[in-house]
Amino acid sequence: MAVSRMRAAVRRLKAVATKEVRQLSRDRVTFGMIVGVPLMQIILFGYAINYDVRNLATVVQDDANTSMSREFIAQLKATQVVHITYTTRSSDELERLMREGRASMAVVIPHDFERRLQADTRPVVQILVDGSQPQLAVVAGGIAAVPLLTRHGEGPYSGGKRMAPRRIEIRTLYNPEKRTAVQIVPALIGVILTMTMVLFTSGAIVRERERGNLELLIATPLSSLELMVGKLLPYVFIGLIQTTIILIVGAWLFSVPVVGRLVDLYAAALVFIAATLGLGLFVSTLAQTQFQAFQLAFLTLLPSILLSGFMFPFEGMPVAAQWLAELLPLTHFNVIIRGIMLRGADLPEAWLQLLKLSGFLTVMLIVAVVRFKKRLD
Amino acid sequence: MSEPGQTAISARQLTRKFGAKVAVDHIDLDIPSGRIYGFLGPNGSGKSTTLRMLCGMLLPSDGHAEVFGLSVVKDAEAIRRRLGYMPQKFSLWEDLTTDENLRFMADLYGLEGNVEARIAEQRATYNLEDLRTQRAGTMSGGQKQRLALAAATLHSPELLLLDEPTSAVDPQSRRDFWERLFQLAEGGATILVSTHYMDEAERCHGLAIIAEGRMVAEGTPRALMAAVDANIYEIEGADGSEAPRLIRELPWVHGVTQLGIRLRVLANRSVKDAEVQLRTLLKQHHIEAKVELTSASLEDVFVVATRRENNGR
Repeated sequence: MAVSRMRAAVRRLKAVATKEVRQLSRDRVTFGMIVGVPLMQIILFGYAINYDVRNLATVVQDDANTSMSREFIAQLKATQVVHITYTTRSSDELERLMREGRASMAVVIPHDFERRLQADTRPVVQILVDGSQPQLAVVAGGIAAVPLLTRHGEGPYSGGKRMAPRRIEIRTLYNPEKRTAVQIVPALIGVILTMTMVLFTSGAIVRERERGNLELLIATPLSSLELMVGKLLPYVFIGLIQTTIILIVGAWLFSVPVVGRLVDLYAAALVFIAATLGLGLFVSTLAQTQFQAFQLAFLTLLPSILLSGFMFPFEGMPVAAQWLAELLPLTHFNVIIRGIMLRGADLPEAWLQLLKLSGFLTVMLIVAVVRFKKRLD
Repeated sequence: MSEPGQTAISARQLTRKFGAKVAVDHIDLDIPSGRIYGFLGPNGSGKSTTLRMLCGMLLPSDGHAEVFGLSVVKDAEAIRRRLGYMPQKFSLWEDLTTDENLRFMADLYGLEGNVEARIAEQRATYNLEDLRTQRAGTMSGGQKQRLALAAATLHSPELLLLDEPTSAVDPQSRRDFWERLFQLAEGGATILVSTHYMDEAERCHGLAIIAEGRMVAEGTPRALMAAVDANIYEIEGADGSEAPRLIRELPWVHGVTQLGIRLRVLANRSVKDAEVQLRTLLKQHHIEAKVELTSASLEDVFVVATRRENNGR
């Protein structure tokens, strides 16, 4: 009896999954999104999100015009962060260039540059930054540090000693050797999976509701759990396909390595996919229409991107934000995936994060099934 | 299959509220098996809500209902296996073909034995052979309806709940559809069908007229027409706008319906000289017309029943 009941349940589950795959393969837009979204995102994020700013349009006003000041400018150029587009002698012109946005940064070397380097406590060089582009201020801090630090304690710039401690600080924030893509791509797996998994699943059940199919489904022996699991199964595979796409493109375009074991990586991705699908399912029980589902999905997406440590370091966030971030599966996945991909960590080392993800999935599934049952009413 | 003559559905004081709105208001039902039983009522009268409660999709706010002696609340799962439901809106998958839709439903109901043969049988019965690989979304209203009925009857349910099944189909498809319903009933199935078409209601074995969530009349169509609480007068030759206006002003007139050149007047039964009064009124206004007592139609029954309901509040 129990065996035949199990078999009937599996048959229903399989029927739902088959139907879902069939519908997906006929919905060209969605099908295209499965491959298109990760491709587009990784190329977009990989190239666009670049903390290591390069070739910043810069205007230089060298009032000193000595060999030392020229050497300083050469040093600046060598960092490749700045691209000296203009040189000027007039502060009016410099201001104009900045105002018009033709230069994002200005370097002003005072006429008593060398004297200031030797003994003066006044700033050696003034760097003006376009404040409308917030990231640049940090960059500028780094730039100011680089040339002086390289000379620190070994000759002509030793007079800059007093400035050195502050500048060392800046330098730790900004490491010109480090490529952002290496940090971004692993986390991007999580971001893209969150984006597509939550979007797809939140729409999946709502679509049945919106098109009136749900009313028929409820009248059949199909249980809520069978319906949900059956609908989610195909997306698990889609998630794994997307993970593969990101890994391949990441390695190919951005030379992002996988230091740890691939098995660990996919196992972690599987747990994370399940957790995000759970979230999508929960969203789908809240929404009445696909439009609402998409809005709600985006509502969960934004905190995931901002708070999960993808954009900003987790430690730097206020405690309240950290608590919120703890609730997001992406936060934990980022820890796991960076460990595996970049530091070569083993999956079991991330048992705490895995536990949190599993807990998240369990809660979401329970809430979704309970809420869905209520919805028949 | 349950025995003919047994009670398939019984409900006592079945009630459903949505917030402050009472959608179904203390309805009693006793529907014998093997019959076609109709719910006649306007849109929003609570027909769909009642059907949904009977298939366990909605919980009653009050009262209880049993299907084959099983509680619709506690034994909903057991009932679902013996029940076919066809929602008002086409609810199969528009991006799936006929065969795919039927196959899916067969899996959901756990059809045993030769599933392909059963599906082929349904295709033949419901004239779907040419539509095997056509996606449901591209079908006409009549084709969709045949597919929906084929899907709902695939597992040979003992009870078939049909929610306004013919609202999107042409007259010929409607006739064919009813032929099939009679065949199913002959095969032993109990059919509960909601409609707002009088001609369909008239074909049912039993009928409940529902208005504003309440059952306002029940019986066989013939008995309902015979027992109508009104006298019906037909007036021929008074097709202007004046006559209906004048007649409506009479305190004992329930309603006036214009049918071409004829007017149908529903008059209170207690007024014995209604015919004379009508003639006098028309003569006073120089309208030449013939007034005649006639037998009630189902529509008359409906108008009288729903009118009484409105006055009763």
